Amino acid sequence: MQPFRVHTGTAVPLDRADVDTDQIIPAEYLKRVERTGFGPFLFAEWRKDPDFVLDRPEHAGATILLAGPNFGSGSSREHAVWALEDAGFRAIVAPSFADIFRNNCTKVGLLPVQLPAAAVRALMDAVARDPAARLTVDLEARRVTGPDVGEAFEIDDFTRGRLLEGLDDIGLTLHHEAAITAFEGARPPWLPTVPST
Amino acid sequence: MGRTLPEKIWDEHLVRRAEGEPDLLYVDLHLVHEVTSPQAFDGLRMARRGVRRPDLTVATMDHNVPTAPGPEDPISVQQMDALRRNCEEFGITLFPTGHIGQGIVHVIGPQMGLTQPGLVIVCGDSHTSTHGAFGALAFGIGTSEVEHVLATQTLPQRRPASMAITVEGDLPPGVAAKDVILGIIARIGTNGGAGHILEYRGSAIRSLSMEGRMTVCNMSIEAGARAGLVAPDDTTFAYLEGRPHVPTGQTWEQALDRWRSLATDLDATFDREVTIDATALTPFVSWGTNPGQTVPIDAVVPEPTDESMTRALAYMALTPGTPIREIRPDTVFIGSCTNSRIEDLRIAASVIRGRRVHEGMRALVVPGSMLVKAQAEKEGLHRIFQASGFEWRDAGCSMCLAMNADRLAPGERSASTSNRNFEGRQGAGGRTHLVSPAVAAATAIAGHFCTPNDLGVDLQSATGA
Repeated sequence: MQPFRVHTGTAVPLDRADVDTDQIIPAEYLKRVERTGFGPFLFAEWRKDPDFVLDRPEHAGATILLAGPNFGSGSSREHAVWALEDAGFRAIVAPSFADIFRNNCTKVGLLPVQLPAAAVRALMDAVARDPAARLTVDLEARRVTGPDVGEAFEIDDFTRGRLLEGLDDIGLTLHHEAAITAFEGARPPWLPTVPST
Repeated sequence: MGRTLPEKIWDEHLVRRAEGEPDLLYVDLHLVHEVTSPQAFDGLRMARRGVRRPDLTVATMDHNVPTAPGPEDPISVQQMDALRRNCEEFGITLFPTGHIGQGIVHVIGPQMGLTQPGLVIVCGDSHTSTHGAFGALAFGIGTSEVEHVLATQTLPQRRPASMAITVEGDLPPGVAAKDVILGIIARIGTNGGAGHILEYRGSAIRSLSMEGRMTVCNMSIEAGARAGLVAPDDTTFAYLEGRPHVPTGQTWEQALDRWRSLATDLDATFDREVTIDATALTPFVSWGTNPGQTVPIDAVVPEPTDESMTRALAYMALTPGTPIREIRPDTVFIGSCTNSRIEDLRIAASVIRGRRVHEGMRALVVPGSMLVKAQAEKEGLHRIFQASGFEWRDAGCSMCLAMNADRLAPGERSASTSNRNFEGRQGAGGRTHLVSPAVAAATAIAGHFCTPNDLGVDLQSATGA
């Protein structure tokens, strides 16, 4: 996983509530068996509208997505996170996220930043006024800053530490293999198993 | 102080707890399908890791599979071949297409008796919450987490808050489990369950069959909750007894003892409690583009009160004030992990028996598993569907998410027993209305939204329920 410390870039405002992962990447694009190459299909249906905000020239090269509440609802497809990452996004700022999507982001290193709705609105307004405005998402300081906006965000220490270092969860868990083995030894023997064929 | 059922299951699966870190939970059953697993297996190979417990892992093909003969999409075939190779390489049991055990991952787990009370069950699919119907703690995960479970049989998780959803009273005739969950989502909202595990309680929930409880738990994610469950009871035990992976003899008694302890303690408290009057529920139809945008079938398309409603109405090409019964779908889809089990098919068949699908309407039934299909054929249900003009298909996710050839054309409108009415969910430009199997079946006959009662069908006597 790519570490995330401090990122500065331009932003694009996607001012819609309840953006589900079927919109972020429609199911017909989930057939690839690789982890890369999903960027071109990001918001595939919405991009058929030539006016769609992500395709406006003034937002070309944006690396921070400003979004509405309940971003990433619906399907658990991590492809949604891969598509955003592949399209160059490093952070998403929204008033709230769907649980599975938020979790998937932290596994990949795309930073989900939850801010009060008013702060997200202020950032969207700032970017609407000046699309070249640069925002800084500082995970070390847990703070987002932009023109006329400076707002702290919450993230638990463990997830923050893991993202700052870009640590692999599996590697961390395998440090506790003895505990896993001990747990397995105490499970009731009648629990269901499916022996390999 | 007492504990809630989700807390009890959580605590029983704690491998490790450390201050400031997520809990490490043991996973009893990991279900795998072709779409969210290839990158996880690749990750294992790159890190030279194996699958820790192939004997607690089961795979099937469901999202991509064709449900009718015809040319196969070469990219789908590639994804299914990848699953086959991965299962061979890592020693995982697979139910591929063509196998009688194949089906939607959330239908085959319960049918094999692998889904049992008190287990922690995960799958790279948000509808894993379905298994909560048995009093299991079951939730959807992303592909990175799939890889984590394959490698370690555990997951680091923060314990969610708990929410009691109590549905009290007798369900009115014609109100299905689907209507119960649509009513719950309408009440708490599509994000109302975020950060919570839901426990469905109350006399209306107790009165539901296992199939009905699965329908309710299935759509927990549509209320924003990763997991929803129902405490196991005699209905649960009767469903489980005799299924392939369920213990027998003396071990069955041991299992029962344990399962009977799986209930929320009387003095336990939930972080949030919601009570719903079952007697006030009606058949629901969704009008918008998320599962919270529903109205009773007797209602009209609502006036928009915000931007999101305006956008949804435009996408759905609906005019506020239009009676729901005047909306005419082009396609009726009976299937998906929400409503494709034998009981769903029995109800739909009882509605359409001796009637014809409305002229010009496309109607299809996609059983949830090949075993459900076989059971339905044993009962002669396929002949009822076919005589009415329904297509009778093989098992798969099919038109719920349109990853195979079963999809809506742009602008086409469906009455669908599935779980999501998102824009383009059933095919780009398609317009989805979520309904129960009974309403879907009646709508196929009438050509517009309606209930079995509108057709003069008395469901209770028709199904013998």
